[in-house]
Amino acid sequence: MSKMINPMQADVALDRSRVTDHGKGKVEVNAQDLTYRELNLLLRVVCDEGAKHLLLKNVNGQRYIATDLPPVKIDIEGCAGNDLGVFMNGCEITVNSNCQDAVGNTMNAGSIIVHGHSSDIAGFAMRGGKVYIRDNSGYRCGIHMKEYEDKIPVLVVGGVAHDFLGEYMAGGVLLLLNRPSVQGATEFGEMPSDLIPSHHIGTGMHGGVIYLRGRVEPYQLGAEVAPVDFTDKDTETLHHEIDEYCNHFEVSDDERQELKDSEYVKLIPVSHRPYGKMYAS
Amino acid sequence: MISYSSPEFEVEIKDDLCIRCGACVVNCSFDALEHDEDDDRIVANNRNCVDCRRCAVFCPTLAINIYENGLAFRKHGLWTNRAQREINKQAETGGVLLTSCGNELPSTTHPIYWDHLLLDASQVTNPSIDPLREPMELRTYLGSKPDAIEIDDQGKVKAPNRPSVALETPIMFAAMSFGAISYNVHKSLALAATEAGTLYNTGEGGLHPSLYEYGDNTIVQVASGRYGVFDEYLKAGQMIEIKVGQGAKPGIGGHLPGEKIDAEISLTRMIPEGTDAISPAPHHDVYSIEDLRQLVMSLKEATNYEKLVAVKIAAVHNAAPIASGIARAGADVIVIDGFRGGTGATPTVIRDNVGIPIELALAAVDDRLRQEGIRNQVSVVVSGGIRNSADVAKAIALGADAVYIGTAALIALGCTVCQRCFTGKCAWGLTTQDRQLNKRVNPEEGSERLYNLLRGWSIEIKDILGAMGVNAIESLRGNRLRLRGVGLDEETLKILGVRPAGK
Repeated sequence: MSKMINPMQADVALDRSRVTDHGKGKVEVNAQDLTYRELNLLLRVVCDEGAKHLLLKNVNGQRYIATDLPPVKIDIEGCAGNDLGVFMNGCEITVNSNCQDAVGNTMNAGSIIVHGHSSDIAGFAMRGGKVYIRDNSGYRCGIHMKEYEDKIPVLVVGGVAHDFLGEYMAGGVLLLLNRPSVQGATEFGEMPSDLIPSHHIGTGMHGGVIYLRGRVEPYQLGAEVAPVDFTDKDTETLHHEIDEYCNHFEVSDDERQELKDSEYVKLIPVSHRPYGKMYAS
Repeated sequence: MISYSSPEFEVEIKDDLCIRCGACVVNCSFDALEHDEDDDRIVANNRNCVDCRRCAVFCPTLAINIYENGLAFRKHGLWTNRAQREINKQAETGGVLLTSCGNELPSTTHPIYWDHLLLDASQVTNPSIDPLREPMELRTYLGSKPDAIEIDDQGKVKAPNRPSVALETPIMFAAMSFGAISYNVHKSLALAATEAGTLYNTGEGGLHPSLYEYGDNTIVQVASGRYGVFDEYLKAGQMIEIKVGQGAKPGIGGHLPGEKIDAEISLTRMIPEGTDAISPAPHHDVYSIEDLRQLVMSLKEATNYEKLVAVKIAAVHNAAPIASGIARAGADVIVIDGFRGGTGATPTVIRDNVGIPIELALAAVDDRLRQEGIRNQVSVVVSGGIRNSADVAKAIALGADAVYIGTAALIALGCTVCQRCFTGKCAWGLTTQDRQLNKRVNPEEGSERLYNLLRGWSIEIKDILGAMGVNAIESLRGNRLRLRGVGLDEETLKILGVRPAGK
């Protein structure tokens, strides 16, 4: 038995028949109808046995995929459940469908590329690594991201995101590309516009930077952020992230250029100490 | 703006005793004392004095006394000294009143139920035990216990499928973050916990790299700001505590002010120097019991199910059903922090008005979990104003598995409960990041003081057990028949589940 199975996991079924070894470290796992504990235990075991590249088939809402795994490559077919990559430390994940809540929650390093939408609190408390969402994201996207020295998390959303975008943000880069082509018929309506639909953007923000393609009205912003002018470094960061996004999702050269040439709003916190003057002492 | 308040304290320096050594001036970190070179005497600036008594303790000739300035405000039954002072302060600043430590309101208005509970002892019909000559068991296991013992094919007891942690005494050190307290205090706690076979808690501020070696005696905390949280940190300790609430500030987040974020704090919290460390009021991934379960299970997944997961809440009106939800969310330990619980900084209005006494919350939670038949699934740890071994014994008799001490531990290290932790100027070097002040705590000596405290309390608890005629703390746990209430009304006795003294 693998050393990764400790007695606390002894009651969890380990279904070896789900595993197909394609050789050279490439291992396929059929997640059909597995509970998250069964699936994640299986992933631990195959990684422990040397798998470097996991192909997960028929994933349907299983949670916590890729937490506590060594830095392997993971391709996910199906909808990844809540907390994909929570506390993750170095895995490279591609999801060929949508993600549920809290993708990249408190992740430390690695990357998550989502070929679809993500639900609420994407990138919550991210500390490092990169998350690219091809389409839209839900409420509280990028909330409380933080950074330390060279660990600067990046979260890019191809469409739009809902309210409280970047709330409490303390570091990192949050980019909204607002591409009409990926937004589709959402609750935001059939008619994508250049107006970012989120409200309370950057409420409580005290670090990091938000870039928004399109425009926002002042009433949409939290009291703790303000738009500022671009520097050359901003343009460099922006172009780099646009290129990465376009490479991941095979965006046409024309649109890539259009994204680079567009107008962006840059938001940074008004103060590193948003609540410094609230007290009577 | 000129302050309409008179100084809260008066410092008296007895000139005939004073040898002008200047120790008091050096020791005062609040700029309340200076050496007047012209007159060659020590002069006090009463306005700055916080009555922390560092100067008085370190005066070699005991020449210093500090008095409350009783005449600071005109006496009034309603418009008390404190009421007037607070109004003045807010009129002058327009800000929220901040304070530290636990609720200081008198027991006349805010009862301390520990003092209304009395312990039992054996007389004649069942013999008491002398703990000096007979073994007394204080060892306490935290964690989920199975519903029943299972025997395998070989006739051996099956290992439980949930982790547990053994404490040699049912007293742990409560969560106090590196940031709120200094590195040397953290190290003192880590050393003492190791020596005593118990646990200390990192609080929400990450774990300094040099303290990872004390992991076997460490609880790491995950709070709403997720500061310093990453896989290594989660695996560093024996237990992971999700902090939802704190007795001194239920429902309130935390702001560690930017001026306290120096290079070392920045390293452990993993945020830039000088920025505020803001812990939001809620966890933004937890809006329901189902969400809490998701967080609990994510921490278990992240640590291969090897660590216990605790959930800490403030004692609030509906603590019992919440505790039930926490047990059902998969937590191994429920921590309840009462309204006397301490803090490094909290709005005064919250500290003094929100939450309920720990004794009542504990009784209600223990009752509820028993009624639902899930008491064995979780351990219950309580905190918030545990002052001595009797409080510990009473808490255990009311149903707690173990207690946390925070303020008591700081008092052991010199704290005089002056309630100025939030200023970052602690003259005792406890709640400050000032390098010079930090040197006032020596981790070796500090850990000895903390260890001594735990040793003394543990011996006393054994005495209490022996007097009751039982030889294991397990026999006292939840045994409310060994408690009696004095001076309590019928309803309160009912909630506490204890009979009145004499009955």
